[in-house]
Amino acid sequence: MGFFLETLFGGLMVGMLYSLIALGFVLIFKASGVFNFAQGAMVLFAALAMARFAEWIPAWTGLANKALVNVLAFIVACAIMIVVAWLIEKLVLGKLVNQEGITLLMATIGVTYFLEGIGQMLFGNDIYKIDIGLPKEPIFLFEKAFQGGVLVNKEDLAAAVIAAALVALLALFFQKTATGRALRAVADDHQAAQSIGIPLARIWVIVWSVAGIVALVAGIIWGSKLGVQFSLTLVALKALPVVILGGLTSIPGAIIGGLIIGVGEKLSEIYLGPFFGGGIEVWFAYVLALVFLLVRPQGLFGEKIIDRV
Amino acid sequence: MLYRENGQFKISYRADQQIFPIVQDRWVFALLLVVAFIAVPLVAPEYLFRAVLIPFLILSLAAIGLNILVGYCGQISLGTGAFMAVGAYAAYNFTVRIDGMPLLAALLLGGLSATIFGVLFGIPSLRIKGLYLAVATLAAQFFSDWAFQRIKWLTNDSSSGSVSVPNLSVFGLPVESPVQKYLFCLMVVGVLALLAKNLVRGAIGREWMAMRDMDVAAAVIGIRPMYAKLTAFAVSSFMVGVAGALWGFVHLGSWEPAAFSIDRSFQLLFMIIIGGLGSILGSFFGAAFIVILPLVLSQIPQWFGIPISTATASHLELMIFGALIVFFLIVEPHGLARLWTIGKEKLRLWPFPH
Amino acid sequence: MAARKIGDVILAVQNISLSFGGVKALTDISFDVREHEVRAIIGPNGAGKSSMLNCINGVYQPQQGAITFRGKTFKHMNSRQVAEMGVARTFQNLALFKGMSVLDNIMTGRNLKMKANLLQQAFRNPFGFSSAEREEIAQREQVERIIDFLEIQPYRKTPVGRMPYGLQKRVDLGRALAMEPTLLLLDEPMAGMNVEEKQDMSRFILDVNDEFGTTIVLIEHDMGVVMDISDRVVVLDYGKKIGDGSPEDVRANPDVISAYLGTAH
Repeated sequence: MGFFLETLFGGLMVGMLYSLIALGFVLIFKASGVFNFAQGAMVLFAALAMARFAEWIPAWTGLANKALVNVLAFIVACAIMIVVAWLIEKLVLGKLVNQEGITLLMATIGVTYFLEGIGQMLFGNDIYKIDIGLPKEPIFLFEKAFQGGVLVNKEDLAAAVIAAALVALLALFFQKTATGRALRAVADDHQAAQSIGIPLARIWVIVWSVAGIVALVAGIIWGSKLGVQFSLTLVALKALPVVILGGLTSIPGAIIGGLIIGVGEKLSEIYLGPFFGGGIEVWFAYVLALVFLLVRPQGLFGEKIIDRV
Repeated sequence: MLYRENGQFKISYRADQQIFPIVQDRWVFALLLVVAFIAVPLVAPEYLFRAVLIPFLILSLAAIGLNILVGYCGQISLGTGAFMAVGAYAAYNFTVRIDGMPLLAALLLGGLSATIFGVLFGIPSLRIKGLYLAVATLAAQFFSDWAFQRIKWLTNDSSSGSVSVPNLSVFGLPVESPVQKYLFCLMVVGVLALLAKNLVRGAIGREWMAMRDMDVAAAVIGIRPMYAKLTAFAVSSFMVGVAGALWGFVHLGSWEPAAFSIDRSFQLLFMIIIGGLGSILGSFFGAAFIVILPLVLSQIPQWFGIPISTATASHLELMIFGALIVFFLIVEPHGLARLWTIGKEKLRLWPFPH
Repeated sequence: MAARKIGDVILAVQNISLSFGGVKALTDISFDVREHEVRAIIGPNGAGKSSMLNCINGVYQPQQGAITFRGKTFKHMNSRQVAEMGVARTFQNLALFKGMSVLDNIMTGRNLKMKANLLQQAFRNPFGFSSAEREEIAQREQVERIIDFLEIQPYRKTPVGRMPYGLQKRVDLGRALAMEPTLLLLDEPMAGMNVEEKQDMSRFILDVNDEFGTTIVLIEHDMGVVMDISDRVVVLDYGKKIGDGSPEDVRANPDVISAYLGTAH
């Protein structure tokens, strides 16, 4: 039982990390109707920026205080992501206003490749460390209930807390502010939103910047755990089944979807894996999403789509 | 002056409906066939066959298959690599387990196996569209990656899915040297491309395009969405499966699951976007472009005398691909095929401006 | 006015109610349509006219009620079944296949008549013995007749997306005619047209009714057109039927007058 709980917790933690990446997807989809395939590449790019600048700033300025360096690197990385957002709007989105979803999706695939290439060219393609002082020791919970206690990673717990805070902030933003309302209008119909005076370009820059910063946070947490390397993009691809499960337009959906996928993956690997010869983590999330799609295409919390003729 | 339809009056619908209604086009195509079948084998260096022509032909076939699904029927698929893998491994199994299995039969059976796989993974398309369908096809991709690595039965008990095929021959003629392989591929791809062209310009092609453009109206006309979508998946998977078998048997000789990974899927998607969605000719253009570009990129530094490391070259390749995708989607969403058509239109007026 | 003698009831809509979530689009609608007649459905915007057509076509499934066509009663219509039974329609927002030419769009209307299977189509060739090739040519002849009828010959190879609105509407009509329907549902076929274009379209509609005896159900806002060409009229308002009868009766109906002039509801 203790082992089961450990696996469960492990799954929840991984799930939280998936959710962070999925959050970026949902944000952009909610606000611009674009399915941003490049979210994973953005996570990698942001993480690379953070990692390298955390190295370069002390090298260039001689600052030694780690906390200060990290904060500065974070600010620089945020600025970079905002510039990236602005460029994407100017060069890609702005030129494809009102095109079909499939066109925009393929454009974001193009952006993915571009970011992966330029990220590695600018920042290098080794494995880099991010160290923002998250505690790395494991702790044992529930030592009274289970013998030996349940092993939980402090770093994962910290990540979960950060993620939860971020989600709450974003949910508030969308529901309560005027900008949030404008974003929802834009997601519904570009042309209509434009015609009532919503500044499309500026909205998109805002949204992609926010998504970029979310990607940065996700990248930092993942990078702190795994090290920053190219394989992050493959992990990020996992966020796709998460948004399918949760519903493309739902922030709580991204969280719940992430948790379900995370737990599902870990549990299935331990308990179902042996029957299949192991390694089913590679596809479990996708097949789960596929099954879900057949039963409830809009996901757990998404909105139903009605075709009008 | 050269390229005009003057005097070419069609007096029957049959004449109007041919694949090449304009006489000049027919001459050009005949010339192309002569060059492809006779001139090239005589003069081209071996390197050209192995590195350019054979991959170009096989990937064109896969691109045609994907184009049928994505370009003509509007069903997005990010899992094409999986269908190629199924075609390749199925053909392998048939060859290895049944004595004396002829090459052509193995290829066709590989294609048919891919068809079954394709129809299965196409069933979700009956309920879901667009990006949701994209994720479903990713399921096919990752599942296939895993299956060919882990399920021993599928790869005749080889470890980690690497397999190889013995010497090839068709009707007693060997398919060993680059020239022989090239001619073999040329014939297979040529025949299948012709069949594909017939399908897309006929009734089923119109059904596919109707589903792509407005599926609700299509249903009202009496088109069955299920039939249209599943046939698109079936025909597409067949072509892609045969291409996969060709890739493994003829081009690689021995392969592992990684040859058909998600990168391959994206590569094919790029081919049809750049080449032209909804165009058989465009599939060829796109394949040529994607095959030749890396080779050109690796030569450019030498022309300029600037050395770049292979790592940088591969990063540049990623960047250029990405930028080109976006460029084509913005400037010419119908790809190189449309540029070709526009070029021909201008040629019809030449030397007059309009 | 229809030139042929108006026959028996061919379509009867009984107590149809349709809602989307909380919105009631249609409430307890019943009316019938007689063979060979031109039946208009009129009413202010949002009255549920298109929804009614969509129910007949199987695009929407009503929550209550039934539809009887040629003596057979259905609770739910299936789009393909309806098409096979000889019902065709045009769309308010022109659901044309933008990526295809005029010729191809209208050819899709012949789809139900085309029998060649996948393999036959793949091996199509001009050397004789190809049933797919023969079929394409035969269907092309039928489609060309429709193109002649609608006077759009110069545009047959033009991609539909590039044509002016009025001509696109003709293609929409052509596609419906290609199905050789016994019942033709027209959803605002004259929307956005000028006087000349409306006259042309009215002429086409009446010709179809005359020559082929096709029963026509037509949604239309232009009262002049409705009064001129229809035999009977149904009036909808806020999803309810408020009038049913000859054009003169309906024009004098006080409920209809107040619906159009707008009094407080």
